[in-house]
Amino acid sequence: MLEVVDGGLLTTVQDAGRPGLAHLGVPPSGFLDAPAARLANRLVGNHEDAGLLETTGSGPILRARGAAIVVAVTGAPAPVRVDGGMADPHASLLLRADQTLSVGRAASGLRSYVAVRGGLAVDPVLGSRSTDLLSGLGPPVVHAGQLLPVGDEIAGDVPALDGLAFPAIAAQPVITLVAGPWDDWFGAEALQSLASQAWLVDPASSRVGLRLAGTPLAPARSGELPPEGMVTGSLQVPTNGLPVLLLADHPTTGGYPVIAVALEGDLHHAAQAAPGSTIRFRLRADPARPRT
Amino acid sequence: MSVPFRVAGERAVVLDCGPAAAGTAAAVRELCARLDIALGDVVPGAQSVLVVAATPFYLQRFLASLTKLGPPMVAAPSDVLVEIPVRYDGPDLGDVAAAAGLDVASVVARHCAAEYVAAFTGFAPGFAYLSGLDPALRLPRRSSPRARVPPGSVAIADAFSAVYPRASPGGWHLLGSTDAILFDASRESPALIAPGTRVRFVPLR
Repeated sequence: MLEVVDGGLLTTVQDAGRPGLAHLGVPPSGFLDAPAARLANRLVGNHEDAGLLETTGSGPILRARGAAIVVAVTGAPAPVRVDGGMADPHASLLLRADQTLSVGRAASGLRSYVAVRGGLAVDPVLGSRSTDLLSGLGPPVVHAGQLLPVGDEIAGDVPALDGLAFPAIAAQPVITLVAGPWDDWFGAEALQSLASQAWLVDPASSRVGLRLAGTPLAPARSGELPPEGMVTGSLQVPTNGLPVLLLADHPTTGGYPVIAVALEGDLHHAAQAAPGSTIRFRLRADPARPRT
Repeated sequence: MSVPFRVAGERAVVLDCGPAAAGTAAAVRELCARLDIALGDVVPGAQSVLVVAATPFYLQRFLASLTKLGPPMVAAPSDVLVEIPVRYDGPDLGDVAAAAGLDVASVVARHCAAEYVAAFTGFAPGFAYLSGLDPALRLPRRSSPRARVPPGSVAIADAFSAVYPRASPGGWHLLGSTDAILFDASRESPALIAPGTRVRFVPLR
């Protein structure tokens, strides 16, 4: 059992989410920085997609209730303390019974991950323990006084490493895009504008989407788009011309055209893009783009 | 003959199939099950179907098999018919009647006379856009959306009717309310209405 002493700024339980239900209006949800979340789970000997905590900006204070727990913290670099003493990120840590773990304010990036050996065993909803901040599915946001049950689904031993080098969070990441499905709604000039500016991450960004400020993208045509299905990573352009990069809690259908879609392998950059930081895009050259 | 499509990232395409989205989505699932093409999501829209394959490899296999899908499919009528009992006591009945040039009884009669088909979902889990609305009841959304529409509200906007599964902001015209549970994550079929489901509204007196 993990007791939440302080929930931090916005901490949620996440796993690999609930993909496959978009036709019922259920967002995919799930951890935003998948490589960091999976690493945290591996560091405690869990299955990669086990339930763990995702922080936002400033993390929680947690106490091991009754029994010792093995934990690991990855993702955005934030001070990790056990009973007030500094501890290592990207490493398995032993939290003895009644010791507290605190994850402080991220020095760069936005989201850290706290895995516990055995996984967080909150009740799954539609096959997932993820909190979906758009639809309200899944467990509530982590809050003080809450007791988080720890499960017993382990994949293997705690790996015998003494810490791990992990790439730093990029100060201004470059996210690669595949043009379409509605790039011709905007035209070549808008695509060039998209790929040539540094986009400012707006404070209204959330797990639903990264709202970007910059020089608006002008459509090449008028009219409205009949609502259509959208994937995570879609760069949707509302009428104000300022793109929104859809993240895991995005609505399943949308009524604004998507100019391009980010490569899934680059989405961890979006997960770590803090408000006030900037990101850039580049378009993937697609020599044989299928068209009918 | 093949369905035109647009690329949506590394492992998804949007098929342009016109209003036959629910039928096309069913055909895509059937085709992929037959050919062992692993799918992520198949999401009908108003005029399109988003097909998300499990991996880019399966997307290529799906595109290579697209000719087997045939022309855009008109929705085969689903054998699922859901009847929604409705109290026609909504706050916008009078406004809708005035805008449509009808009396309230005729608005109710026209709303329940139609058989609807769930064209696609979105907005919230279990929120289905039901096509088949009587053209006389077609109205644009309210100029100022409500901050809170109660769960179970039966509403219309544009060419669609819908039932709000849970409390949310909303700009549709509210005709009435139902006690039917539109979405329950603990049910085997969480959504009462899925794309392709036929729907009738039955007035409670």
